[in-house]
Amino acid sequence: MYNMHAFWVALSKDVLIQWRTRAQIVAIFLFGATSLLLFSFAIGPNASALRQHAAGFLWLALMLSSTLTLAESFQSEMEQRAFEGLLLLPTPAAALYYGKAVANWLQLTLLGIALVPVMVVLYDAGTMQVLGVIGVVAVGAAGLSAPGTLYAAMTSQARAKQTLLPLLLFPLLVPVLLAAVKATSLLILGDPMGQLGSWVALLLIFDLVHWTLGGLLFERVVED
Amino acid sequence: MPPIATNAGNGRDVAPAVAAHGVCRRYGRRWALVDVSFQLPAGRALMVAGRNGSGKSTLLRVLATAIRPDHGTAHVLGLDVRQDRDGVRRLCSLLAHDSQHYEALTALDNLRIAARLLGRDASREALRAALAAVDLAERADDVVASFSAGMRKRLSLARTLLKDAAVVLLDEPYAALDPPGFRLVDGLLEGLRTRGRTVLMSTHLIEHGRALCDDVVVLDAGRVTLECRAQDLPTAFVDRVPDRHHV
Repeated sequence: MYNMHAFWVALSKDVLIQWRTRAQIVAIFLFGATSLLLFSFAIGPNASALRQHAAGFLWLALMLSSTLTLAESFQSEMEQRAFEGLLLLPTPAAALYYGKAVANWLQLTLLGIALVPVMVVLYDAGTMQVLGVIGVVAVGAAGLSAPGTLYAAMTSQARAKQTLLPLLLFPLLVPVLLAAVKATSLLILGDPMGQLGSWVALLLIFDLVHWTLGGLLFERVVED
Repeated sequence: MPPIATNAGNGRDVAPAVAAHGVCRRYGRRWALVDVSFQLPAGRALMVAGRNGSGKSTLLRVLATAIRPDHGTAHVLGLDVRQDRDGVRRLCSLLAHDSQHYEALTALDNLRIAARLLGRDASREALRAALAAVDLAERADDVVASFSAGMRKRLSLARTLLKDAAVVLLDEPYAALDPPGFRLVDGLLEGLRTRGRTVLMSTHLIEHGRALCDDVVVLDAGRVTLECRAQDLPTAFVDRVPDRHHV
């Protein structure tokens, strides 16, 4: 019961910090949008090829932006050892983890949803299945935020944290990237073979495993 | 080094509220604490003195379970700091060197988070009263990033008071404070003593600490070099580390 209460307090704290530092969220969105723009230059003015690769570039942009979001989420915790202050109150480490992971998931989902119109405009990748795309973005963002929050905590005290986080995280995210790109592509380009369910199921299994592991391992990562 | 009970002549049967035995801690290849042993009975105040880098903060952080000792054992009210971290954390509070607050949030926000996690009254009125006790009520809605070091320390004091733990660890509580802030800490210490709390305080203000505490432990390069009652602290030692901050 106390763990649930601590989770809500941790979540509201992280959402409040995100709101108070919303200028950074805008900057991260602009970074994602700029990435999409640059990727479109790499393809050239071939409308068919642009549409074919739209989902891949959307998820690459979201994945690159996620490292900024995740690293930033632990910056405020480490500045004045605020995180240590919460642990010493005491607060269960798992509650702090899930609070932060859910806050990061919310931010990444909103970022992904905000990047979808940019993708539609730049890649001519319109789709009627808007709710489906939002659903895949939400499930895919959960796959980024659970391991991302854990690895951001691991690297938050390292000197080269900006390099270490993507170096450790990206290999782990390959299954999420594959499944999310395929699922989004099927929603944009059509799904004549009915493969969408399988890719979404793969994403959900990945989410389940990493949200469980994150909660179990977080205490070992943050305690001395 | 054998532990020297600081309750000598003052109730030997009283179980120590804080006890360290052979505590060692290192950062990389440098030992910050070497075989530190002492006992402090409940309700007494101990001054931890020593030069910069002598291990004062490390000792308090080990006792608060912020870091683990590499060797040795320490107990707070009978609970092992290695085995029962949550139990120790419930019973003691640490006023750390860092403010442990969120820079992007206001003083009120920071205190509200702590109050809600501690199960205390988190209403605006109660939190404003807590901030008023440390002369911060007027800055309640300002973000901590705009605070001076002294104001951050006051906010940390407000959180320490909010927790009201049985064992209070104060790491240089006078640092960065102005003279009214000194009096605030003196008042806090007196209040803690009146309520029977056990206090460990690290400070460079030897004369000041001697007047407020019962016992003294002096650290040098991570080792206990002197352990005695505050009133028995050699004058030569006080003269060697003069208290320049007269309030």
